[in-house]
Amino acid sequence: MYFPADLRYTKNDEWVRLDRNTATAGLTDYAQEQLSDIVFVELPAVGKTLKNGESFASVESVKAAAEVYMPIGGTITEINEGLSETPEAVNQDPYGKAWMVRFTPSDASEFKALMDAAAYEAYCKERAH
Amino acid sequence: MTEPLIYDFTSPGRCGVTLPEPDVPLAEGLPSDLLRDADALDLPEVSQLDVVRHYLRLSQMNYAIDKGLYPLGSCTMKYNPRLNEDTARLPGFAGSHPLQDPNTVQGNLALMYELQDWLKEIGGFAGVSLQPAAGAHGEFTGILMMRAYHLDRGDTKRTKILIPNSAHGTNPASTTMSGLKVVELPSDARGNIDLEALRQACDDTVVGLMITNPNTLGLFEEHIEQVVKLVHDCGGLVYGDGANMNAMVGIARPGDLGFDVMHYNLHKTFSTPHGGGGPGSGPVGVSARLVDFLPDPVVDIVEEGRDDEPPLYGFVKPRKTIGRMKAFQGQFGMHVRAYTYMRVHGASGLRANSEMAVLNANYLLSKIRHAYHLPYDRVCKHEFVVEGHWADSTVHALDISKRLMDYNFHPPTNYFPLIVKEALMIEPTETESKETLDAFADALLQIADEAHRDPEVLKSAPHSAPISRLDEVSAARQLVLCCRPIPEWAES
Amino acid sequence: MSYLPHTDADRAAMLASVGVKGIEDLFADVPARVRFPKLDLPGPLSELEVMQELTELAESNASAGQFACFLGAGAYNHFSPSIVNHTILRGEFLTGYTPYQPEVSQGTLQTIYEYQSMICALTGMEVSNASHYDGATSLAEAVIMAVSHFKDTRRKVVVSPAVHPQYRAVIRTYVQGMGLTVTGDEEPDTDIADLTKMLDGDTAIFIVQSPNFFGQIEDPAGLAHTVHSAGNDALLCVMCDPISLGILKPPGQYGADIVVGEGQSLGIPLSYGGPYLGFFATRKSLVRQMAGRLVGEAHDAQGRRGFVLTLATREQHIKRERATSNICTNSGLVAIAATVYLATMGKNGMRKVAELCYHKSHYAAQEIAKLAGYRVRTDKPFFKEFAVQCPIPVAEINAHLFDEHGIIGGYDLGQDYAHLDGHMLLAVTEMNTREEIDGLVAALGELSGD
Repeated sequence: MYFPADLRYTKNDEWVRLDRNTATAGLTDYAQEQLSDIVFVELPAVGKTLKNGESFASVESVKAAAEVYMPIGGTITEINEGLSETPEAVNQDPYGKAWMVRFTPSDASEFKALMDAAAYEAYCKERAH
Repeated sequence: MTEPLIYDFTSPGRCGVTLPEPDVPLAEGLPSDLLRDADALDLPEVSQLDVVRHYLRLSQMNYAIDKGLYPLGSCTMKYNPRLNEDTARLPGFAGSHPLQDPNTVQGNLALMYELQDWLKEIGGFAGVSLQPAAGAHGEFTGILMMRAYHLDRGDTKRTKILIPNSAHGTNPASTTMSGLKVVELPSDARGNIDLEALRQACDDTVVGLMITNPNTLGLFEEHIEQVVKLVHDCGGLVYGDGANMNAMVGIARPGDLGFDVMHYNLHKTFSTPHGGGGPGSGPVGVSARLVDFLPDPVVDIVEEGRDDEPPLYGFVKPRKTIGRMKAFQGQFGMHVRAYTYMRVHGASGLRANSEMAVLNANYLLSKIRHAYHLPYDRVCKHEFVVEGHWADSTVHALDISKRLMDYNFHPPTNYFPLIVKEALMIEPTETESKETLDAFADALLQIADEAHRDPEVLKSAPHSAPISRLDEVSAARQLVLCCRPIPEWAES
Repeated sequence: MSYLPHTDADRAAMLASVGVKGIEDLFADVPARVRFPKLDLPGPLSELEVMQELTELAESNASAGQFACFLGAGAYNHFSPSIVNHTILRGEFLTGYTPYQPEVSQGTLQTIYEYQSMICALTGMEVSNASHYDGATSLAEAVIMAVSHFKDTRRKVVVSPAVHPQYRAVIRTYVQGMGLTVTGDEEPDTDIADLTKMLDGDTAIFIVQSPNFFGQIEDPAGLAHTVHSAGNDALLCVMCDPISLGILKPPGQYGADIVVGEGQSLGIPLSYGGPYLGFFATRKSLVRQMAGRLVGEAHDAQGRRGFVLTLATREQHIKRERATSNICTNSGLVAIAATVYLATMGKNGMRKVAELCYHKSHYAAQEIAKLAGYRVRTDKPFFKEFAVQCPIPVAEINAHLFDEHGIIGGYDLGQDYAHLDGHMLLAVTEMNTREEIDGLVAALGELSGD
C-alpha cells in the first residue's frame, strides 16, 4: 500500500492535495482495496459549495457502495469527467489518474488538521487487525 | 452449456399461436400518427415448440426446491405443495375480476375474511390487511401506519425508527420511503439487541422499533419483554418483521408479546412458491390501536348471517386509513394458496411445522458445529449463522457456497447478517428429512476439510454447474441489459 | 395432512444429537407467559377434503370463464396460450428463489433478461427492470425515481385525472411521508393540454395514461416537447396497456422518459386482482435511479455467456436506508409467464390480438350507440375500452345484465368521476365473441329508460 508524502488524509479514507489556492481530492489506496473493483463513480456539479465532511461523490463496486466526503470545505471548480468512463482508474491509480475533484477551499487552515502520510499509514495498519 | 436467446430462433412470419379471425365488421383505422410503424414491433417470431423447448431447457439450468435442499437463511425454502397451485387455479378464483360486484364473488371474500381471521389468531392481532404484495411492502405499510398513528394523536416530533444492525436491508429502506430516519442499534455478545443502547435511544422522537424475532442470527431475543416495554414506555410502537415467523407459529404470538404491527411473508411461512423472486404476499397484522389505520380496503361482514344463511361479505374502508398500497385487493392468488396450506394443517399441524423447522436447524447445527466457527453459541430457532472461513485457510464464505453446488445443494445465504464476518446463514426448513440433512452436513464437513487440504478446489468452484463464476465487475461496467438494438429515437 | 417427513425414530435421534430431551426444550428462551398458545383454527383436513372445500368456495363466485365479461378498468380478460401456465408450473421456475447465485439460476436470469428485452421492444425504451408488484406500485416507484433524479430539489408531481383512480390513490399513499405535492387531478375533467399548464420548475414528473382510464388514446404530438421544454424539463411518465402497444406508437418513440403499466394482460389470469405484473422501462441514462432488480449479460472465465443480477448497489440489501426503493421480492414468476406469452404471441400475434380488441370494441360501441338512451363518448379515439352514458343508473344496468343475461357488465365511472355519473366503462377483448357482444347490446336495449 502506498501513502504519498505530499498529501493529507482523512479518517474516511479520502486524500487531499493543496496547491496554492486549489485543492484536489480523491479516494486512498487503502479505500480502493477495501471496496475492490470499482464499477461506478458519481461526481458533483461544478460550482457546488460543500462543507467539510459533506458527501461529494459516491463510488460503487459490485457488492458495496460508499460515499466520499469533503476532506475540507470548498467550492468545486473541476471534476474528473474521465472517471465515469474508466472507474477502474480508482483501483489502478488512486492518487493520480483517479483524482475526483478540484476545489477552492473555503478555509485552507482545515488542511493542517488532517493526518499526514505517516499518521494515516499507522491508522490503516491499526484497522488491518 | 449456453442456451441461445429466444430471439435467435426467429424466422420472419412464424407465430407460436393462431388467433381467430375477426367475427365483426372491421372498424375504421386509427390516425396514422397514433400507430406504430407496421413492421416495427421487435418481438420474436417463433413456433410454439420453439418456445416450449427453449424455456424447458432454461428451466433445467435452475436449481429449485423441487431438485433438492435449498437452505437459504431467512427465505424459508420449504416444500411448495402442488395442491396450492391447483386450488389457486380453480376457475372460480382465477377467472374472477377484481372489480366485480361483491355479491358475485362471495367465495373470494369469504376466503379472504377467514384468512384475515386466521392471521389475527396466529399472530395475536386485532386486525389484518391482506393488501401488501410482499414482505417489504408490508414493512412500508406498517411504518406508514405507525407514522399516521402518532400524527393522528398530534404527536408530530417523532421521526426516528430504531433498527438493530442485524436487520434485513428492507427495514431501513422502508423507513426512508416513509420519510423517517433510521437509528441503528448494536447487538450484544449473545446476539440480542444491546439493551443499554436501546434504552439510550428511546425518547419522545421515536416512532417505533423494527425487530425481527427470532432475529437474522436465528436467535430468539432473550430480553424481548424488556425491549417491548422500553419502546412502549417512550411512546413508541413495536414493528415485527415476520420474515422468521416459520419458527413461531403456535410457539408464541407476537401480539401477546406486545408487538403493535407485523407483516407475514405468505411465501415463506405459508408455503406459497418463491417463483424465482416473486410474487410474494405480505399481509400485516396490527394491535387494536392501529386497526383504524389499516390500508383501504379490508374485508368485513357487511350483513350478519341468519340461521342457514351465510353472512354477506364486503369491502370496508378503515376510518383513518393510510390509503391504498396497491391496486385492487392484494395478491389474491397467494391468499388462496396460503389458505389451502393452513386448511391442510390446522393449528396442530402448523405448530408441528415450526417445531420441526427448529429441530431440523438445531440438528444440522449439531452435526457441523465442530467444523465451523459459530459466533453466537445458543440454541437456535429455524436457522443459524456460522462463519464461512478459518484462520488457517484462504477460502471465503462465497467459495464454500459455490463448492456446495458441486455437491448438488443450493448454497446458504451469504454475507448476511452483516454483523457476522463471512456469514453463512442456514435455514433447512421442516420439510427436509433427516437423511437429507445428514447428506448436507456431510457435504459441509467435506468442504471444511477441502478448505484446509485443497482450497483451490473451492476457489474455482463450481465445477459441475451449467456455467462457472461470471465476471460481475465487467457486467456492471459495461451494462448490457437488453438484447435488442437501441431504437433510433433513443440515440439522440 | 402433513408434509413433514419425520418418523418418531428420526425425532428421537435428532433430539439426542442436539442434546435436549424434548422439542419443548428448544423453546426455553420464549417467555413462559406466552409460550405455546392454543390457536383457535379449524382442524386439519386431507388433501381431498381441502380440494372439495375450496372447489365449493370457488364455485360460489361468478367468473369470466363462465359469464360474458365486459369489465376492465385495469384488469382484463385476455387469452393466455396453454403453454404459459405449463411453463410456470415447471418446478425449476416455480420453486427457485431470487437468482442471487447465478451459476445455478441461469434459467430464471436469462428468462428475465429476455423479459427486459421484450418490454423494451414493446415500449420503445432502452432499459426495463425485472418487475414490480403491479402497475400501481410501478407508477408510484416512477414518482420516487423522478424525485431522486432531481436530487429532491423538485417536489411536485403532476398527474392526469384520467389516470386510473386506484393508481393515483397508491401514489398518494406512497409519498405521504415525503412531503411531495401531488396535483393535476383535482378537477376530474382536466385534459392533457390544460394539465401541461401546471408544469413548472418544481415539477419532477408529469404522468399521463394512454389509453387512459376511459380507454381513450391521448394525443402524443408535442407532449414530450412541452414537458421537456426549458424551465420545466420534468420527466414524462406514460402509463399504458401493453396489449395496445401491438398497434399503438410506443411511448419511447414520442419521448417518454419512463413507461410503466400493468402487465396482467400478457397472459396472466384475472385472479381477483393479483398477483399481477408491474412493468417499468426507462432511459439508460436514468438506470441508476431506477428501483428493482436488473439482469445483465456477463461472461465466465471460459468466455461463455451468462446472466447476473447487476447494479445491485441501488438495492436495499446493499444500500439499506439509501437504496432507491425497499423492493425485494417482485413479480418474478409472473414476469416469466409474460415472457412466455410475448414469445408465443410474438410480433404477429401481438398485433393481431390488439387488432381484435380494437375491432370488437368498436363494433360494440357502434351498436350501443344505436340504442335509444345510450351515448358513447367519442371525443377522442379509443382502443379496447369506452365510456357509455346510460339512461338509468349503472348499478341497475349491471344487476339486470348479470341476473337476467349472465353478463358481467362494465365499471361504474360515477364512483370516481362526478361528471361521469351514469357512465359505464366497457372493455371488449378478443375473448368476447360477436354473439356475446350482440347479447350485451340486446340486453342494454331492454333498458332504454323509457
